[in-house]
Amino acid sequence: MKLQEYQAKDIMESAGIPVKPGKVATTPQEAVAIYREMGGQVVVKSQVLVGGRGKAGGIKLATNETEVREKASAILGMDIKGITVKKVLIAPAVNIAAETYIGIVIDRKTQSPVIMVSPAGGIDIEEVAKKTPEKIFMTAINPFLGVLPYQARALASKLFQDPAQIKKTARVITLLYQVFVDNDASLAEINPFCADDTGELWAVDAKILLDDNGLVKHPQNESLRNLDEEIPEEVEARNSGLSFVKLDGNIGCMVNGAGLAMATMDIVKYFGGEPANFLDIGGSSSPEKVITAMNIITNDPNVKVIMVNIFGGITRCDDVANGIIEAHNKVGIKVPIVIRLTGTNEEEARKILSDTALIPVGSMSEGAQKAIEIAQTR
Amino acid sequence: MAILIDDKTKLVVQGITGRDGSFHTGQMVEYGTNVVAGVTPGKGGQEVHGVPVFDTVEEAVKVTGANTSVIYVPAGFAADAIYEAADAGVELIICISEGVPTLDMARVTYYLKNKGVRLIGPNSPGVTSPGYCKVGIMPGHIFRKGNVGIVSRSGTLTYEVVNAITEAGMGQSTCLGIGGDQIIGSNFIDILKLFNDDPQTEAVALIGEIGGTAEEETAKYIEAHFNKPVVGFIAGRTAPPGKRMGHAGAIISGGSGTAADKIKAFEAVGIPVADIPVQIADLIKQKLSK
Repeated sequence: MKLQEYQAKDIMESAGIPVKPGKVATTPQEAVAIYREMGGQVVVKSQVLVGGRGKAGGIKLATNETEVREKASAILGMDIKGITVKKVLIAPAVNIAAETYIGIVIDRKTQSPVIMVSPAGGIDIEEVAKKTPEKIFMTAINPFLGVLPYQARALASKLFQDPAQIKKTARVITLLYQVFVDNDASLAEINPFCADDTGELWAVDAKILLDDNGLVKHPQNESLRNLDEEIPEEVEARNSGLSFVKLDGNIGCMVNGAGLAMATMDIVKYFGGEPANFLDIGGSSSPEKVITAMNIITNDPNVKVIMVNIFGGITRCDDVANGIIEAHNKVGIKVPIVIRLTGTNEEEARKILSDTALIPVGSMSEGAQKAIEIAQTR
Repeated sequence: MAILIDDKTKLVVQGITGRDGSFHTGQMVEYGTNVVAGVTPGKGGQEVHGVPVFDTVEEAVKVTGANTSVIYVPAGFAADAIYEAADAGVELIICISEGVPTLDMARVTYYLKNKGVRLIGPNSPGVTSPGYCKVGIMPGHIFRKGNVGIVSRSGTLTYEVVNAITEAGMGQSTCLGIGGDQIIGSNFIDILKLFNDDPQTEAVALIGEIGGTAEEETAKYIEAHFNKPVVGFIAGRTAPPGKRMGHAGAIISGGSGTAADKIKAFEAVGIPVADIPVQIADLIKQKLSK
């Protein structure tokens, strides 16, 4: 789950990381009101969950009320990579003397959190990592011990030379690790972490991704979810315990298990069709889940046919069959359904589905070919 | 022979009184697995499908001599269940629970390294050694004893491959899912080492998916150290970048972890990759007839 910059900064500021205190506006008027309290030079920053905001023109400096109104008007409503800007953060500008990078992620190889720093921070950090990897410094952290003081000092000394700045940076690294652990994050990043012209240090931009699996330990973090930037069907799916990703094709897919769901999309493509979605109904699926899944798929006007692919293990085929029948009766599905059910309680499912308009198939390949054939003729 | 589980397996089921735990205990008993104990705190003294329930794993191990544990508890309690099993002295822990917090797993895997306990999962469909026993949630009837080892990051996709192999007239030595999460107890290479030493296994099917670089590292390992024929399948060729495809690990980020990368890595070391799951059976046949 991605957090907005202002949400990440709130969390970091509460942890003691130096952040210029900003406020969020949803209208130019609000932006001006915030500016009146702040004064001086400010930065108006679009709050959207995509990268490249600055390059898209979504981050501007302003030095008086008129400029704040102009910049906020221009940025609010702007489209950045398909997302409409609804909020701007107004914060005092920092006179940047040096830009560095501090980030923490989970590393699959060491199976532990890894802290990464670079003296070459800023918008091109990914280029730095690719072209000059020697400018990126990494330390794996023992998940039981956390960041040791010597590790924080060593990393900090890669960013600054001044002893006072090194000391402060080491503290920021330690605090950022605390933020990472306390929220079960999968990424906590300050980029850039800046020294200003007086030598003070500031987190000028902040990014936090929360581990979706970790939310079970921090239910209060659910309220930080930015629903207006998500596809409504994906939200509905998640709330029902389904996993759904919308794609551009015309063959709706309903599958149990993520691996098989991906393989189903792949096989549709392999035989020349285009999948309309990824949809995993998960393990122990109730008929209700299947109904929600059917609803979500048929909401997409592009869908011309639905391919159901169930290999029952923990999922029982009869549950799925009942759900499909019920969905058919309740929702009135207007597109043909090609259905492949095998595994646990397969016989019961077959009985339930006999005498219906559903099109039974014996294998994944047959199902994909049948679905493509139907999609082409409708 | 088989790997990980066989006729010496004595299983304790953690979370045996839950919906999934009790249903699959029944299925495992029916398949012939020696389920000696179950554990649910506060429910000691009960029975589930004739299996005695204990309050703690320690007690269950002491009374029944259980050497393997399977975990069906909710995700938030899974790490604690793994620690409990490890401290009670079981040798192998198979974690079925899905959605375990990643940082919990970072701590768990670190703890287990010093304990010498093997963990499969989390988010694993389990392990099946046909003719001996099955542990987990796999449907038993699709298996047939044979000489093909199967290791996978997926669940139901694995059944698809098992089914194809069985229908082609072959069978499996051991089949297991290592789990689709970012941090897991055992990876492909850990399992291949066991298959290498198992005389029953004559070929291996490796089922990967997008995300991470496990398949690329495994390809290098196979080239240098693995002596038996391997065939592969990679799920997620059509997955868009940046989207999480159900598994925490199945996400393409920053241009790495794509299906194309993984297929290339496999083919570069002589591992043929099936275009669709059912082709795996043909590829194995070809390899074994050489």
